[in-house]
Amino acid sequence: MGWQWFHRLGSPRWFYENSRKWLPWLGAVTVVLLLTGTVWGLAFAPVDFKQGNSYRIIYIHVPAAFLALAGYYVMAISGAVGLIWKMKLADVVMKCAAPIGAALTFLALVTGAVWGKPTWGTWWVWDARITSMLVLFFLYLGVIALQEAYQHQETANKASAILALVGTVNIPIIYKSVDWWYTLHQPATIKLTSSSTIHPSMWYPLMVMIFGFYCFYALVLILHTRAEILEREKRTKWVKQL
Amino acid sequence: MIFQFETLQDFWAMAGHGPYVWGCYGITALVLVYLVVSPLRRQKRFLQEQRRLLRVTERWVAADGTASRASGPNTSGPHVSGQRTSGEIG
Repeated sequence: MGWQWFHRLGSPRWFYENSRKWLPWLGAVTVVLLLTGTVWGLAFAPVDFKQGNSYRIIYIHVPAAFLALAGYYVMAISGAVGLIWKMKLADVVMKCAAPIGAALTFLALVTGAVWGKPTWGTWWVWDARITSMLVLFFLYLGVIALQEAYQHQETANKASAILALVGTVNIPIIYKSVDWWYTLHQPATIKLTSSSTIHPSMWYPLMVMIFGFYCFYALVLILHTRAEILEREKRTKWVKQL
Repeated sequence: MIFQFETLQDFWAMAGHGPYVWGCYGITALVLVYLVVSPLRRQKRFLQEQRRLLRVTERWVAADGTASRASGPNTSGPHVSGQRTSGEIG
């Protein structure tokens, strides 16, 4: 009885029809947060006394990296839900989370490389954090490739869900890499358990950007999921009536 | 909160870090916009294609009802009339 919402949530049609109402709100919040965070971070946050203005890249590098990791959870968990409960919507979400996650990981890597040039004097090093992020990028690409590799959607879902689940082993490695192998990448400045090592005047705009990226992720995931649902359900009556 | 730069030129130059910072923000903006636009375009194309197919099928069904069934295999069937109809629309 209490599980009715769970089954309803698994219905692609229910999702398609209801997500339409969420989009304008989510879109507005995302735009406001991202614009505020960008202007604040670029123009009003104080200059870093060591890195100069190049540190302003943090306002996209860190949120992109956050969401690259959070997106992996979304992909792996929905893959697991799809495997266990055969929930249609979960399979769709897993498939859609892969290209979005890959794009965000790509952004984290590229902005990191560009930031590295003026700060470390090099675009790329085989540092533990960077390498494990590269592995994350390849895991996303693997899921995308597996989705395309099979004729049958169900086989593709199963294979890519298993890859996504096996790949979760990389997540704690990414988190801990800066502590285990202390090389070039700086350790986490933002901590949940102890106080952060970043000044509030720099931290507030970063927080705005992180929230903005979370909203952006939700928005884009919903958009991709809606497009995918239509194509998968094109033989059903409700899609034909659209 | 104060604007951290003396002039707009300073803001653009970022004391020498301008290309790095603006480059990053530019790439990010492109990727984010692409992530929003691509599913919207895909959905729009899908719906257009489905409407086209629906019209084609409707015409075919209507033509099938009026035309004689003995018109031969070459002129009947959804594929043939589909090509004709798409020519008319496009």
